[in-house]
Amino acid sequence: MILEQLINGITLGSIYAIVALGYTLVFGVLDILNMAHGEIFMFGAFMGVLVTNTLKLPLIVAFLVAIGVTAILGFLLETLALRPLRGKKGVSHLAPLISTIGVSIFLENLAHHFFGAGNHPFRTSFSEMSFQIGTVTVYAVQIVIFVIAVLLMVGLSFWLSKTKAGKALRACAESLEAASILGVNTKKMITTTVIIASVMGGIAGVLVGMAFNSVSPQMGLSMGLKGLAIIILGGMGNVKGAMAGGLILGLAETLVVVFGESGYRDAIAFALIIIILLVRPQGLFGKASEARR
Amino acid sequence: MRKFSKGLISLVAVSSLLGITACGGGGTSSEPAGGEKPAAETAASGDTVNVNVGVVSILTGSGAGYGEAITNGLKLANKEITEQGKVKLNLLIEDSAGKQEQALSSAQKLMNSDNVSAIIGPTLSTEMNVVGPEADMNGVPIIGTSTTAQGIPQIGDYVFRNSIPESMAIPASIDAAVKAYDVKKVAIIYGNDDVFTKSGFDTMKAVAEEKGLEITTIEEFQKGQADYNAQLTKIKGTNPDLILASALYNEGAVIMSQARKMGITAPFVGGNGFNSPEVIKIAGEAAEGLIVATPWFGDKQDEKVQAFVEKYTAEYGKAPDQFAAQAYDALYVLADAVERAGSDDRDAIRDALAETKGFKGILGEMSFDEEGDIVMDPTVLTIKDGKFQLFQ
Repeated sequence: MILEQLINGITLGSIYAIVALGYTLVFGVLDILNMAHGEIFMFGAFMGVLVTNTLKLPLIVAFLVAIGVTAILGFLLETLALRPLRGKKGVSHLAPLISTIGVSIFLENLAHHFFGAGNHPFRTSFSEMSFQIGTVTVYAVQIVIFVIAVLLMVGLSFWLSKTKAGKALRACAESLEAASILGVNTKKMITTTVIIASVMGGIAGVLVGMAFNSVSPQMGLSMGLKGLAIIILGGMGNVKGAMAGGLILGLAETLVVVFGESGYRDAIAFALIIIILLVRPQGLFGKASEARR
Repeated sequence: MRKFSKGLISLVAVSSLLGITACGGGGTSSEPAGGEKPAAETAASGDTVNVNVGVVSILTGSGAGYGEAITNGLKLANKEITEQGKVKLNLLIEDSAGKQEQALSSAQKLMNSDNVSAIIGPTLSTEMNVVGPEADMNGVPIIGTSTTAQGIPQIGDYVFRNSIPESMAIPASIDAAVKAYDVKKVAIIYGNDDVFTKSGFDTMKAVAEEKGLEITTIEEFQKGQADYNAQLTKIKGTNPDLILASALYNEGAVIMSQARKMGITAPFVGGNGFNSPEVIKIAGEAAEGLIVATPWFGDKQDEKVQAFVEKYTAEYGKAPDQFAAQAYDALYVLADAVERAGSDDRDAIRDALAETKGFKGILGEMSFDEEGDIVMDPTVLTIKDGKFQLFQ
């Protein structure tokens, strides 16, 4: 029982973590809270529904299509909604935030129009696969989700700290102007970042579809807000923090149901976040002086 | 909210009292408020009674789908009633747009300038909460065909409804399930952030306690939640014979699909909000074993029902839903009452309506209790082989 619940919590937490990774990447480099991230995640999930349910193609195609479509969405988000506002005189620093909110509303309505309201089923034979360890049932999906989350986190950390592109990206995060003087193509770097973040959202979307068998145009909002809470909990712009924060929130939500009142699920989970932030205002992995890496 | 509507009702009651004292100069014993005489009396031709019937429904806005079904059902019924020639009803249809204030002004126009003898509608319970007291004050009989909230018929003597409330549908389905599966232990799961699912839960809990069933656990969820695994794992651990789920179909279908995946095989009992073909579309095979009670079942092997479905489909190009069926029956009930009253007098029609007993419509046998609430046996359905079937 409790083991199964722990697995439930880790699965949920891993999904939160992947969503938060996308958030934290854009925040770390651009200092922008990308409110459209949840909706891009939702589009990834719908691509999964479209490919596996409507077109009856295998799951791997679903991932590829979701990655492709969310990459395009990320590119459009950067070129149409963010770049025109960058470096212009008189543009408020809140303008990109508002602009991404606009994109998120637009995408939600678009999904309404194309896919219709309500929940859509996500049926793959893969999500039925399970095995028994003692009395505990473990689903292949749950393991895949956890593994993908860890791989993404490790890969992202490696990419940021060891590769040339990653170093260039961190340089951009320090100062766009300085990086550009030192010969970093900042325009390209930023576009790449937004696209990578969006693709992570898309992957998380397909995983959610697989795990919970429900996809709706509204799913982006709550997931987006939780992702936001997690990056604050983990430390803004911190990759490990996003992972740890995601797992903490996922486990907390599940354990609240196990030991207490399912009605207070979100309330208690978020109260926990507030308490952690009171003790460590910079977030779990954030440094007091420089809050990003 | 409850307090507020109570306050509203008492306010209306007080103002209606004032109305009596103000214009009731004659001071006859038990005349209800609103002394205007319906003017349509002269319109009666020959010996068939000619009656103006007002209809308040949602014709525009997001709820227009309901209004369309309701007015279609009414028009079809009226066509047949006119052909039968016992009474003649003139339908005067007004839009409420799903808004309380517009519903009220539409109803006032119907009562005061069009002098209708009775009103059918409005569509929503919230609308009925403002229109009902006004109609009652004016002494106009009013029948709600889709107003399922608690306390609607209790608004006043002139307020009726033929839509069964949750508090009647849920016990019927639990009853059937308990008998069929020899249920001893139940688990309950419900949405705690929606008035509708919350009140469904209250009914479920009360019924389960009344029947002496052991409630193993009560789990809650919020609208739009995607992951129910934590709650369902907990339910699975308590091993119930039956799961009572007060959820709207959107969440309910996902709950069933996750439950079945987890290996929970117990049947589910849902409320009105769970009763939709969409459940089968979303949950697929996992929807098997859902039990709901409904006033309307279009596949019923009944001559009257099949004739109605056929005519409706021919006329409007789609199969009738619950709203169309309830509206259709409501007009027949009204026509029956008008025929017995033999005039277009509002009070006579009200009295005749109140005496309705065992009226055979497409929903089943209908009577009104002393409060004006519908008395009928809902049909219990279950999902089997990918479609809703009669539960046996």
